[in-house]
Amino acid sequence: MKENVVIRTVTRILVPFIQVFGLYVIVHGAAGAGGGFQGGVAFAASFILIMIAFGAAEVRRRIDNRGIMCYSVIGICIYCGIGLLCLLYAGNFLELNVIEAALGIPHLHGILIDIVEAGIGITVMAVMISIIYDMADDGGESS
Amino acid sequence: MKKKALIAILFIGIVLFWAVEDMPAYGDPTSPATQYTGQMYVERTYPDTGISNIVTAILITYRGFDTLGEVVVIFTAGISVILLLRRGGRL
Amino acid sequence: MIDPFFEAFFSRYNYWMAIILMLIGLYALIAKQNLVKKIIGLNIFQTAIFLFYISIAEVSGGTAPIYLPEGPEALYVNPLPHVLILTAIVVGVSITAVALSLIIKIYEEYGTIDQDDLMKVVRGR
Repeated sequence: MKENVVIRTVTRILVPFIQVFGLYVIVHGAAGAGGGFQGGVAFAASFILIMIAFGAAEVRRRIDNRGIMCYSVIGICIYCGIGLLCLLYAGNFLELNVIEAALGIPHLHGILIDIVEAGIGITVMAVMISIIYDMADDGGESS
Repeated sequence: MKKKALIAILFIGIVLFWAVEDMPAYGDPTSPATQYTGQMYVERTYPDTGISNIVTAILITYRGFDTLGEVVVIFTAGISVILLLRRGGRL
Repeated sequence: MIDPFFEAFFSRYNYWMAIILMLIGLYALIAKQNLVKKIIGLNIFQTAIFLFYISIAEVSGGTAPIYLPEGPEALYVNPLPHVLILTAIVVGVSITAVALSLIIKIYEEYGTIDQDDLMKVVRGR
């Protein structure tokens, strides 16, 4: 696939737009249609497109095996971190109302939900890329 | 094997088609699924949370624990594929 | 006498479509010999279940469950099945990923992914 000029050119043009669309879908989870799962998969689709058009070595140069495992752990840690933060303000686990009532900042509930959605999106993106690293290639060299 | 599978599928299909007439019609506004719980979520989301998207608000506010289990499931699938298919070298 | 029957048939066509897809997926899961084709049958079966569940949530004349400026007085579709199926779709993706990686390991070990040959090799060992 490396010798095909049409695929390479179209990939180079399209990949930034796909990434911006994926981030848009994650950030607009609270005000319109969207959310963490949907945006994460759309963001990972851009990396899979680079892998199809240019080969797996190009993507491994940008995110190696160890980095992808770190990303997937960071996403789930953000989710659990926000949940445990609610325990500090005398609420139940993942009860986001008590933080807004204690700190008094308006619309804090919406901001916390956006942070949680970003965490979900990072984990889903990392797992999608990691699955296709191991299935479609020889596994590469581990870092 | 294929003939026995066809007979089993036919039998299951007849039983399922017989049970369709008890289900509510398509697009019925008085079905039990829409009247009690669905209506409650539509009315109580904006006063409780201030978010316009009802589906995302239910996912994170009312059923946040299920979504945490969801993210753990997909994380476990990623770890399983790494453990099964990584050939040689350190993890 | 025939009219109630036609009424029951044409107003519930979504369940018929879901049941037909379910039977196709179940046949592929049971009767095919290739292991990858069985996993594809499992995916078709899961898609039929999602269609069945989400079509229950439809309200005729309703709009998407995002608040319009009128607030709760407008007519929305039921948001609860959408939430539950979102979780189920992600579980389906996880199952497919782990199943396909198990099939890759089986192929590296035995050299075949046909069900009859595998049963002969495993039983005769």
